[in-house]
Amino acid sequence: MSQPSPSPSSPAGPPSGSSADGTPAENAPAEKRSRRRREAPPSTGLDGIGGLGAAAPDTFLSVRDLRVHFPTDDGVVKSVDGISFDLARGKTLGIVGESGSGKSVTSMSIMGLHKPGTVTMTGSIRLGSEELIGAGSETVRELRGKRMAMIFQDPLSAMHPFYTVGHQIVEAYKMHNDVSTSVAKKHAVEMLDRVGIPQASSRVDDYPHQFSGGMRQRAMIAMALSCDPDLLIADEPTTALDVTVQAQILDLIRDLQSEFNSAVIIITHDLGVVAELSDDIMVMYAGRAVEYATAADVFERPEHPYTWGLLSSMPRLDRARTDRLRPIPGSPPSLINVPSGCPFHPRCAYADRTGGLSQSQRPPLDEKAPGHYAACHLTPEQRTEIWENDIRPTL
Amino acid sequence: MSSPVELEPGGAMAPPEAVLEGAKHIEGRSLGQIAWTRLKRDKVALTGGFIIIFLVIVAIFAPFIVSVLGHPPDEFHQELIDPDLQVPTAPLGGVSWDFLFGLEPVNGRDLFSRILYGSQISLLIAFLATIISVFIGTIMGVVAGYFGGATDAFISRLMDIFLAFPLLVFALALVGVIPESAFGLSGDSLRIAVIVFIIGFFNWPYIGRIVRGQTLSLREREFIDASRSLGARASYILRKDLLPNLIAPILVYATLLIPSNILFEAALSYLGVGVQAPRATWGGMLADAAKWYQIDPWFMLPPGLAIFVTVLAFNLFGDGLRDALDPRSR
Repeated sequence: MSQPSPSPSSPAGPPSGSSADGTPAENAPAEKRSRRRREAPPSTGLDGIGGLGAAAPDTFLSVRDLRVHFPTDDGVVKSVDGISFDLARGKTLGIVGESGSGKSVTSMSIMGLHKPGTVTMTGSIRLGSEELIGAGSETVRELRGKRMAMIFQDPLSAMHPFYTVGHQIVEAYKMHNDVSTSVAKKHAVEMLDRVGIPQASSRVDDYPHQFSGGMRQRAMIAMALSCDPDLLIADEPTTALDVTVQAQILDLIRDLQSEFNSAVIIITHDLGVVAELSDDIMVMYAGRAVEYATAADVFERPEHPYTWGLLSSMPRLDRARTDRLRPIPGSPPSLINVPSGCPFHPRCAYADRTGGLSQSQRPPLDEKAPGHYAACHLTPEQRTEIWENDIRPTL
Repeated sequence: MSSPVELEPGGAMAPPEAVLEGAKHIEGRSLGQIAWTRLKRDKVALTGGFIIIFLVIVAIFAPFIVSVLGHPPDEFHQELIDPDLQVPTAPLGGVSWDFLFGLEPVNGRDLFSRILYGSQISLLIAFLATIISVFIGTIMGVVAGYFGGATDAFISRLMDIFLAFPLLVFALALVGVIPESAFGLSGDSLRIAVIVFIIGFFNWPYIGRIVRGQTLSLREREFIDASRSLGARASYILRKDLLPNLIAPILVYATLLIPSNILFEAALSYLGVGVQAPRATWGGMLADAAKWYQIDPWFMLPPGLAIFVTVLAFNLFGDGLRDALDPRSR
């Protein structure tokens, strides 16, 4: 039912998986969601810090060396400082990090939602065949909603309090489709029904405040998907919801993704959420990617001390009650004065084992294992030893 | 590029039935309903509102009321005027069942009918000027607040310039040189148009600032981002997302702007540059009365009270409306 995803212009690298030769086989539905998309890594070399090679052929969204800087009176805030990632249709990327690590700024940059004049953006964001950085604001506006859409953290504040839920979906649909209001209304009811709102045909005329939190998030998803976007960005989609509803919403996102075959970016600080949904995970710290790998690799063989810290600070049911959680000491750095060398070194328990490298040199995002990138100066032996002896037994 | 969606009702997701059960419909109340409930409790504001409605009805039906209860506003009754003192012979300025508010000195015109006709001028000018101010101020404020940056700086400085303008002096000069006819208008209608333009065009920065401030805080709200994330144009966001949220402050400020415009029109008429005689205006009558206060102070009372009651009614209603729409502002 869907067409092959557009191939980027540079078909470097061997086909990853069976489907990347441009045949419709790419659209194998997500029941076969391979967790090892980059089992054959990009063949071109890494271009240093934050760099990946050329995009794999089945890539739909390709971000290269994205830098988002905000000039302020106190100095330049380097919210995003050189990140790169690829995302194919039907795949999910989880972006994880603390507050202020640049997760949301990244998503806002892809959507082109930063106020012009307040921000300098460099690098490359390719959506399908379109370059978004440097594109006219009207061009990007046309893409918003139609080809990429966003789910916000708090659905109550993200929906307009003055209009009915149905009206807002109708307006979003009519923005990109030249249809009559009655057709758009029918579509809105179908979308609400599709996301699991009971009695959609009557609830369509309700106001957002008449919906419960979970239903509002469902409606928000219906609105975001009303124009069938190819890329869906979910910015902490479950943070404002209570736990029982969270799982429902994550299920819904996954079901809709397999149906619509869209690329999804999940932004969260909750490792449980990304474990549930993601094919790939990018861990961000101080505006940079510190680890980028498949979800299985990140959870089973994490390479970066920051990821170790995140895993250690996650409460686990299967852990003995006497153990205390081990939070990462300190707090995230100011993005105006990022620490020298590895930005994580002031909080890193192992920074003194690198012979001063961590303090002086910024570690490049290297491929530590096939398809597994991390930015750390520790040697592979040191990492293996620390992981096996210190971290893994405590998880 | 995108795949056509096949929407099957109740597709992969089963509707959560639990939500259906025990769902009792609770009647929601709109902001308007809530505000109306609060306003109904505010007797002072309600009184102001009734006086305003009364005044508007009186102004609209002035000719009819005068034909029943008074005499034509330009009809002289010099037989009732003392030829020596030039004031009405009867006491209290000639108040009687025939002349409800008494008589004008010198010519003996019916004050009641002149007050009624004067209310037409006052309210017409005040309303039209307020509409112009609100219109310009809202557009300028919302554009400045939403776009920010250079646009904001330009519009804000423009507001400063307008606020620094010596409005009264300018009005005196401009109204003083109005030709007999221009813009296809002539006589009184031209003067009214010019006065409306001056008052309206120079008062917009006040409402512009309020709207700009509200817009500044509104534009950071998430639903604006959400609207943008779905591809909304700036004009759509301004009209459909921002404006409905600005109605309350605009309404309140408009209600409070009307009395100040009534006062300004009265001041212009008092200074002799408003709508010209023989047409009756409250300010003009007050100016005439000032010449007679030693001999016939009664003459001052009707126009003074008319202005006072009208302005007070609008102010009380405006304050009540503000409290009703935004209870935190108290």
